[in-house]
Amino acid sequence: MITLEQVTKIYEQTVAVDHLSLEVQSGELLVLLGTSGCGKTTTLKMINRLIEPTSGHIYIDEQENTSKDVVTLRRSIGYVFQGIGLFTHLSVGENIGIAPKLADWSDEKRRSRVNELLELVHLPPEEFRERNPADLSGGQQQRVGVARALAIQPNIMLMDEPFGALDPLTRDSLQQEYLDIRKRFDITTIFVTHDMTEALLLGDRIAVMDAGKVLQIDTPGELLRNPANEYIEKLMSTPKKQADQLEKLANE
Amino acid sequence: MSAFSEQLHYLPDYLGGHLRLTLIALSVGVIISVPLGIIATRFKKLESSILGVASVIQTIPGLALLAIMVPLLNMIGIIPALIALTLYSLLPILRNTVVGIREIDADIIQAGQGIGMTDSQLLRMVQLPLALPVIVAGLRTSAVWVVGIATLSTPVGAVSLGNYIFSGLQTRNNMAILFGCVAAAVLALVLDGLIHALEIGIQERKRGRSFLSIGGFAVIIIVAIFLGTGGNKSLGKQTIRIGGKPFTEQYILTNFLSDYLRKELEYSTKIVPNLGSTVAFDALESNQIDVYVDYSGTLWNMHLKDRKMPTNPDTLLQNLKNYLKQKYQVPIVAKLGFENAYCLAMRGEQAKKLNINSITDLSRHASQLVMGADVEFFGRPEWTRLKREYNLQFKNTRAMDAVLMYEAVKNGNVDVISAYTTDGRINAYNLKILDDPRHVFPPYDAVVLVSPEDSKNPQLMTSLEKLTGKISANLMRKMNMEVDIQRKSPQSVGQALLDSLEFKPNN
Repeated sequence: MITLEQVTKIYEQTVAVDHLSLEVQSGELLVLLGTSGCGKTTTLKMINRLIEPTSGHIYIDEQENTSKDVVTLRRSIGYVFQGIGLFTHLSVGENIGIAPKLADWSDEKRRSRVNELLELVHLPPEEFRERNPADLSGGQQQRVGVARALAIQPNIMLMDEPFGALDPLTRDSLQQEYLDIRKRFDITTIFVTHDMTEALLLGDRIAVMDAGKVLQIDTPGELLRNPANEYIEKLMSTPKKQADQLEKLANE
Repeated sequence: MSAFSEQLHYLPDYLGGHLRLTLIALSVGVIISVPLGIIATRFKKLESSILGVASVIQTIPGLALLAIMVPLLNMIGIIPALIALTLYSLLPILRNTVVGIREIDADIIQAGQGIGMTDSQLLRMVQLPLALPVIVAGLRTSAVWVVGIATLSTPVGAVSLGNYIFSGLQTRNNMAILFGCVAAAVLALVLDGLIHALEIGIQERKRGRSFLSIGGFAVIIIVAIFLGTGGNKSLGKQTIRIGGKPFTEQYILTNFLSDYLRKELEYSTKIVPNLGSTVAFDALESNQIDVYVDYSGTLWNMHLKDRKMPTNPDTLLQNLKNYLKQKYQVPIVAKLGFENAYCLAMRGEQAKKLNINSITDLSRHASQLVMGADVEFFGRPEWTRLKREYNLQFKNTRAMDAVLMYEAVKNGNVDVISAYTTDGRINAYNLKILDDPRHVFPPYDAVVLVSPEDSKNPQLMTSLEKLTGKISANLMRKMNMEVDIQRKSPQSVGQALLDSLEFKPNN
């Protein structure tokens, strides 16, 4: 369980996150949804302390995230983001095996873990393990990114628009694959996106953010049925409106 | 011996010295620059000052940076050369380290932090490996620079391929100049190629190529360690280091002194050629060389320029002798018998036509004539005094390298030059030395100086004293001509001088 309590981040004059509180249940997938600049990425990065909050508290399984040193904290949390950030001087296998290497796993254990993870993200190990990340497609690169984040079996994943730069087909299959993975391993996930459809399809619950605050936090169904205000109502109606337009086009 | 094989003979010594200077300077350069570069990327405030200092060093001309090390460190030889070359190697490596680290994709850094790397793991496992190709590219630039600038370490007393070039320029030995230039260029190309192979090996993650390059370096390092270091076998007795300045006469005299001391005292000897004027005296005074030949007027200007210079050469020499002995414990042990003074010279036939015998005569015609001299001369007090005392107004003046002056006057490009009285080309080109009735040019008696430590060696002192009066100006001019015009080697001329001299038997 992840708990944020009155978390605030102020950059010089701007308030990026404003007294934000929320709870993520164990095994839950919570989507942080909002337009760019609403504070969703900042919120996410404060959880693994890539950003330190100005005030407030963050608890992971009831322990404050500042109680352990930052390196130990980060090693227990998987982190995937749009930029992927594969190490271009290392092979695919070495990229995936880097966290186990930091944790001093034996070569043999690391090797079998890398193969296991490559299978998990549907990249045949024999074909991909020794390849250079730069030679992979965007979708394949992010599969490696996900595998790398899963390497030492974190029970929390932080995902920052991980599939935002991928083409729709690839995005769709990676979304489905991730849903399988997190169910299989019961991974608590916070998933940042600005894409309404993605939020509705993936989230157990969605927190709609604007100007550093959570406007409403609810299941997709509840958000669609009972939007708390006009802004959310308008936001929720966009996927449906698009679907209607598409249907109309198809029937012409 | 052919001209080529004569030069080839020096190659192990010069190339070995050059390689050692280059490799050590580059290694130390890397050891300093890379950590400094890392610090610069960590502390933004320091970055501009670190890069600023390195850039300023880079703007100092190579020769000046090398020369300034001698008085700063009060020593000559490999150490000042290494320090200057190392300083010179810093900027490209430093700048590329900073750029290489800074230009790494921010996403990659964030991924490393997100995985839970510590700062040092991030540096070791991500930042340095990714910046390495850029750092190596900087090393490549440094290597080419350092190989080139290392040729300038000759005048501070470190052996390098520059010995070919400096000696070759002075004795107009084109083969030597060519040899030095080609060897330095080949060395630069080889190092550049090897580092380039390493760069590509790293960039494309080709182990084979990297190993090939590392193997190449291993060979070069082994060569650097062994090449030309076997020559200084001690004969059990003390080795006498004979200093010399970079011109023909000095090449002959150092070789002569070397042969003389070997024969006379069975000492082993080592010639340290091509030292700058002040460098040579500083080296002697701090016991880094044992013996060298200098000129009374030069020494006076260096040490006593504030006092009025006596016009009588013997008075001057006596004052100088007392002063150097008292101040530096440096004895002047022998006056060789010739003077190598500055003089004004012109084509013999022109002097005859215009009826010019002295500088006084010259002043009447100067407004029609062009004066040529080496760059140094126009900055010397003699030039100012000359113009004042004789009221000289030339049509034009041209500064040029000392080597080229004689050709220039011979060919009529200039009419009057600042010559040296013992230069072989004065006779060979039929030049007329003009009298100096007002004694503007000070006396330049050639004298042998001994270091403070060696002044306590009576055998050495006695042997050197015996050289008093042994070399006349005519003899010296003839020997200079043999090297400059007849292309004999300074060694053979020095040897011939020794063979021709007769000494009274030892008591």
